[in-house]
Amino acid sequence: MTTVFRPYSHSDALRSDRSAGDRLRHRQKVRQAIRENIADIVAEESIIGQGRDKIIKVPIRGVKEYRFVYGDNAPGVGAGDGNSQPGQVVGKAGDKGRGDGRGGDQPGVDYYETDITLEELVEIMFEDLQLPDMERKKLREVLAERTSKRKGYRRVGIRVHMNKRRTAIARVRRKVASGRVAAVEAVEKRFPFHRDDIRYRRLRHDMKPQSNAVVLCIMDTSGSMDIMKKYLARSFFFLLYQFVRARYHNVEVVFIAHHTQAREVSEEEFFHKGESGGTYISSGYMKALEIIQARYHPGLWNVYAFHCSDGDNFPNDNTAAMNAAKGLCEVANLFGYGEIKPLNSSHYEDSMLQLFKSIGSPNFHSMLIERKEDIWSSFKMFLEREKLVE
Amino acid sequence: MHNPWGVKDLEYWDAKIRDKVDEFGLSYFPQEFEVCDHEQMLGYMAYSGMPAHYPHWSYGKSYEKLKTLYDYGVSGLPYEMVINADPSLAYLMRGNSLCLQILTIAHVYGHNDFFKNNFTFCDTRPELTINNFKVRADRVRSYIEDPSLGVTKVEEVLDAAHALSMQCRRNVAIRKLSREEQEERALSSAQPPADPFHRIHKAPEYVEPDLTKLPLEPEEDILLFVRDHNPYLAEWQKDLLTIAHDEAQYFIPQIETKIMNEGWASYWHHQIMNSLDLPENLHIEFLVHHNQVVRPHPGSVNPYYLGFKLWHDIRRRYDEPTAEEIEKYGEPDRSGNEKIFEIREVDRDVSFLRRFLTEELMREMDMFQHERRGDDVVITHVSDEQSWRQVKDTLLRNVGMGAVPVIRIQDADYEQNRVLYLTHAHDGRDLQLEYAEKTLVYLYQLWGREVLLETSIQGTGYVFSYGEDGFNQRRLRRTNEPAASH
Repeated sequence: MTTVFRPYSHSDALRSDRSAGDRLRHRQKVRQAIRENIADIVAEESIIGQGRDKIIKVPIRGVKEYRFVYGDNAPGVGAGDGNSQPGQVVGKAGDKGRGDGRGGDQPGVDYYETDITLEELVEIMFEDLQLPDMERKKLREVLAERTSKRKGYRRVGIRVHMNKRRTAIARVRRKVASGRVAAVEAVEKRFPFHRDDIRYRRLRHDMKPQSNAVVLCIMDTSGSMDIMKKYLARSFFFLLYQFVRARYHNVEVVFIAHHTQAREVSEEEFFHKGESGGTYISSGYMKALEIIQARYHPGLWNVYAFHCSDGDNFPNDNTAAMNAAKGLCEVANLFGYGEIKPLNSSHYEDSMLQLFKSIGSPNFHSMLIERKEDIWSSFKMFLEREKLVE
Repeated sequence: MHNPWGVKDLEYWDAKIRDKVDEFGLSYFPQEFEVCDHEQMLGYMAYSGMPAHYPHWSYGKSYEKLKTLYDYGVSGLPYEMVINADPSLAYLMRGNSLCLQILTIAHVYGHNDFFKNNFTFCDTRPELTINNFKVRADRVRSYIEDPSLGVTKVEEVLDAAHALSMQCRRNVAIRKLSREEQEERALSSAQPPADPFHRIHKAPEYVEPDLTKLPLEPEEDILLFVRDHNPYLAEWQKDLLTIAHDEAQYFIPQIETKIMNEGWASYWHHQIMNSLDLPENLHIEFLVHHNQVVRPHPGSVNPYYLGFKLWHDIRRRYDEPTAEEIEKYGEPDRSGNEKIFEIREVDRDVSFLRRFLTEELMREMDMFQHERRGDDVVITHVSDEQSWRQVKDTLLRNVGMGAVPVIRIQDADYEQNRVLYLTHAHDGRDLQLEYAEKTLVYLYQLWGREVLLETSIQGTGYVFSYGEDGFNQRRLRRTNEPAASH
């Protein structure tokens, strides 16, 4: 009975990525799980005002494999270093020791965690909102654009910027200057290029002409804003923010939460704090105007204001709201109003939409958001109008 | 530092090791070794060492997890990966030093001997292992590639089957009774016991046993039961359930004997390496690796460490017992060597520990019991005189299949509605609720009708159910209320 040794075979190793199919399948499932929970993620995560590379920890950790198992309340046994005493802390709840590699069948922390970058999240979000491919690209391009203008030539640079024609001309000039051309010879001697001949294009990064913008996000935070509405609102604000950010060098964001009164808040509070009570939309608008006057002079800043509400203003506030809205239209580049009325929520007769129709300003745009799909279509309309305004 | 080695070196050392292995009395299947790089090793680990295995996303996840751990240096790859097959197959990593290869080879022969001789493996048909896995892989692939089925449908069944594959009979040494035999048993136990005073005693009433009950006796092989009693399953679905069940059956003996097995292989690699007369540099390297492998892991139990210590202790106790030990256990009736060979055949982890893990050993290894208190895990008992038995009991409950809850089908026609009623045999440990709930969903998918699970959480009895209208729970009126049977 002899032992068989099979030596390492490099070509075998190259061919054998046997787990590729299963890994791909797993990734697909993870993405699927993210997509199913995206409303929660977008609603909960602080994404506005974050850089593209921000890593978001998605609460789905790998895809869990469920079995009947004992909870971590069950006692276990370990070995110590000789000095163990009752009462000593030996670990944190949820730490399971290293498994033996056979799949995640233990509840608790999975070493394999799914992080995605904001960019991937946006990608998935756009998929979820059914952004048509072309638009996705356009937005992408806009986001990725780094304009550089050409302005003359220089003697140093990188190879890709080399301008061959000018380099050749420089060489000829040098040849002439060196006096060697005078003698016309039967066999032309070599006159090689010199480093000093090389010419490069000079590029200057374009400073975007209008460099400052501020986005005022105004939201109705009365008790009725649930997760779905928050998701819709957030997606709305997020898209708008991305859009503005693409045009301007420096964008600031201001969050104003209102019910019957308005306050400037942080992004956290903006999306998380639920209040109750009635709604005076004018309070939000007045607050916005106040902040603009104090900090963002329209002469120096491009002001964008967006308001999201689920409708239902106190009727006696309507006039005040209208006036304030008109006021905002005067100082802002663009003022948008999104009414969030998810399909299975209650409807009241008078919505602000009706009222706002009577605002004639070209830079006012309102839209009704009933479901996720509406967000993109309203946004598109909004983009088109923005182009007109320009 | 590493001397580059080639196949010739491996063969040279293998010959020397086998001489020792034969000398020491181990018996083993023919052994094959394959040299691979670390990528391939990760691949083998994800698929339990099998050259062919059916595809499933969970193995992709496994691979990613292992690779992440490896890339971040959290875990080195195992030196050895060896499968229970005849001939046996083991993998050697290309990047390892010659010393490590020698150590691995020696260790592998230990495992080989264990697979061949331990009783829990006697029904695993090792000569068919690799082929069986391949055949199963082919069948699953054929379903995936079948245009009327496809990967999603196959996954649905496999996901559910995986979730339930560990819910099966554990004591394979006791033969499972067939339905006829169960009926016989029911009939004979309904007979009143022989009564020598039957002339004066009132004749006890004969209660006819209900032979139509399904199952007649509580059923532990859940996948097989569902396969055989859900008439709406297609052949391919039943086949997938069988495949998942069979695979679990292959792995369960290994789960049941992990500590013994690793200890055994470590014990023998240690004996072999010490007897090989290694050149000094190799010998030193061996000691470093060996100590790495059998060192205790703070906070948990390292099976290599525990097993190794136990085998050594048993051998010593039989060869050189102390006076107290002679008093406690009597004179040893055989040599240490004879004893350990006997044990490697007849025990599994639970009995191994129960019989041979002594109070002294526990104290030496500083074993303790820990429990969750809020966000921390705290020591509750140590191996002192009052508590060592408690700690030992907890350990025994957690080893082998003890980590898997015992769940049995009580009634497949509950309320005459083809509802599946299961009970969790509660041994003081509560089920993890979220996982139980999700697993019930899988069971519902396979059974096709509502499924009920009776268990208790924090002392209160509950019946959890999953059906058309989703998940439900209701409290039992009394704890330990017996399952209603009709």
